[in-house]
Amino acid sequence: MSAPVITVENLGKRYLVGHQSAQRERYSTLRDVLMRNARDLWRKTADVFCGRQIIQGDEVEEFWALRDVSFEVRWGEVVGIIGRNGAGKTTLLKILSRITEPTVGRVTLWGRVASLLEVGTGFHPELTGRENIYLNGAILGMTRAEIRRKFDEIVAFAGVEKFLDTPVKRYSSGMYVRLAFAVAAHLEPEILVVDEVLAVGDAEFQKRCLGKMQDVAGHGRTVLVVSHNMALVRHICTRAIYLDLGRVVVDGTVEQALGEYLRMAEARNGLKSERRQGDGRLRFTDFWVENDRGERVGYVASGEPCVLVFSYRNFGCRAQDKVDVGFGLHLPSGERLLLLYASHMGQTLSVAREHGQFRCRLPGLPLPTGRYGIFPRIEINGVEADFPLDGVGWIDVEELDFYGTGRRMVDHSHGFAPYLIKGEWSEGTIAQPT
Amino acid sequence: MNGDSLIQDRIAPAVTTSGGPSSPGPRRAPLIIEPGRTEKNYWRDLWRYRELFQVLAWRDLSVRYKQTVIGIAWAVLRPFLTMVIFTVIFGKVANLPAPGNVPYPLLVFAGMLPWQFFATSLSEASNSLISNANLISKVYFPRLIVPAATVVVGLVDFLISAAILAAMMLWYQFAPGWGVLLLPCFILLTFFASLGPGLWITALNVKYRDFRYVIPFLIQFGLYVSPVGFSSAVVREKFGDGLFMLYSLNPMVGVIDGFRWCLLGGECAIWWPGFAASIGVTAFFLWLGIRQFRKLERTFADFI
Repeated sequence: MSAPVITVENLGKRYLVGHQSAQRERYSTLRDVLMRNARDLWRKTADVFCGRQIIQGDEVEEFWALRDVSFEVRWGEVVGIIGRNGAGKTTLLKILSRITEPTVGRVTLWGRVASLLEVGTGFHPELTGRENIYLNGAILGMTRAEIRRKFDEIVAFAGVEKFLDTPVKRYSSGMYVRLAFAVAAHLEPEILVVDEVLAVGDAEFQKRCLGKMQDVAGHGRTVLVVSHNMALVRHICTRAIYLDLGRVVVDGTVEQALGEYLRMAEARNGLKSERRQGDGRLRFTDFWVENDRGERVGYVASGEPCVLVFSYRNFGCRAQDKVDVGFGLHLPSGERLLLLYASHMGQTLSVAREHGQFRCRLPGLPLPTGRYGIFPRIEINGVEADFPLDGVGWIDVEELDFYGTGRRMVDHSHGFAPYLIKGEWSEGTIAQPT
Repeated sequence: MNGDSLIQDRIAPAVTTSGGPSSPGPRRAPLIIEPGRTEKNYWRDLWRYRELFQVLAWRDLSVRYKQTVIGIAWAVLRPFLTMVIFTVIFGKVANLPAPGNVPYPLLVFAGMLPWQFFATSLSEASNSLISNANLISKVYFPRLIVPAATVVVGLVDFLISAAILAAMMLWYQFAPGWGVLLLPCFILLTFFASLGPGLWITALNVKYRDFRYVIPFLIQFGLYVSPVGFSSAVVREKFGDGLFMLYSLNPMVGVIDGFRWCLLGGECAIWWPGFAASIGVTAFFLWLGIRQFRKLERTFADFI
């Protein structure tokens, strides 16, 4: 029986969020606007003097990102933390790595913690690769002697020998990410806290990172890893904690936690309503999302390939009938963003079995984080066969490193847009045609 | 937890087989994270992170003049041109006296030296947390390192300016007295004078971005209020000791007087009561800055 290395007791973290109150009418007179601004100014000034947080909007709501979280981790355990968006995983890691303090509860740590919430934290674009290795290493808590000792190893791991003295702003995004991860991978803390950093780089590099992580775990160190990658969790974790809405739902074996997580994801998904149109020769019975390797997933990363699976039951469709199936992808507001039918792709399907699946492989959803409703429809020989009016479920999309730059989230500071797109920028003029 | 025993069986071998230097080793005093808990070994932690301090300071220095044409010459040009203008305006146009036989440009430059250091350090320190927001929200380290490291940038500019002053003193054939040996103490005093308010404002800046607009204004204003372009003796003669005491509440009055005394010798005597007041205010701001910074530090990541 080994001793605990992390003890978490009744941990909670509260944030205050502001809203604009609903009764604030859209059309208001100049006098109202002035009055409201004056009131806001007065309130904010009072807040500053009392040292309170300034909150935009006039309704303040408490939001518990974590609540009553207790668990224990022992030496050498590799614990996966899973859960959907907003379940409090990152908040938990931030508290454990002392970036933010909890509102209630207590954490006891017997060992040095290194946290890796992002690869390439503190990389400076103007500095060269060599300089950034030292900078990033120091930020992650390595001593200079330690970095010097591992320098060659880091460079070899990243494969950037030729560009060591080039400013990293000239690096390709792949090189940048590889270098950043290489530094992080050579950390040797007693407790390592990792947040979804394996979702970057190409497959080959990911494999090397995985090997490195297992190495760390194999040396009796303790690792806490947040991941949406079920295969990864299954592969390297000895235990998993499933968080939902800031609470621990399952704390047990990887299979227990993953099983419950998938069960919950599916329970929320699938057909609920019986409101449907169509003659019913074919009916949708279920819906889920798979990744490229055929594993069911609760999430899709923006831009990553995924497969939408619509299972159906055949009530009277014959093998010679021409089947067209399609789906619309909707915003929570109900607005349709995308529409894709098999016929758009020039395909015609046919159905002969009683039970089966329509599978639609998407090269990638260029969408920001969110939950998108899926509304499928079947036509047989041009006649509507099934159309569940309330949809069949949804896809949760999460912006993991969409642009391949090593940053986990998409930067929305310039404004929000419903689609993500990749492109390359350059500066210069094109010679005018004469 | 019913799965507990099962897990134990699985991980037990992993722990026992991991011998050597990477094994847990002797148990240390645990680190406890609790709301409102101030860390006992904060200052020791600060010492442990000294390499990060060096690296951040070095980073700020090496990117400071990247992609500029004349580079480090900016550090020479700015104080020099200001000195020329102040000499013309205060020395020639307003015809203010310089004590003893001190050439007016030297008087101005000896005041300019600590002022530039103060102004650069204060403005860099107060923006430091915001400009390092990505670090604050992703990694733990004693946050005090960030504003402290930026002061080093000011220090390097200061050393360059000091070299100009030395050249000017050669030009005017003006030899400093033994007081120059005390210069390091006054440099330290300037450092503390800028760090105190810098810490306070940078901490407030995280929560209330209003303060980023306060600093440029304060610095512009302070340049004329502090005795940079003129000798503080002028102020004392005009307003008497009582009001000069009030004037000395500006910590830069004591600092600039001290610098002039060190560099220009006996003619620029320090009026000790006023100097003591300046030191008192500096100490107060340093205490306040550190206290407020420590208090707000724990919530930086939530607000930045």
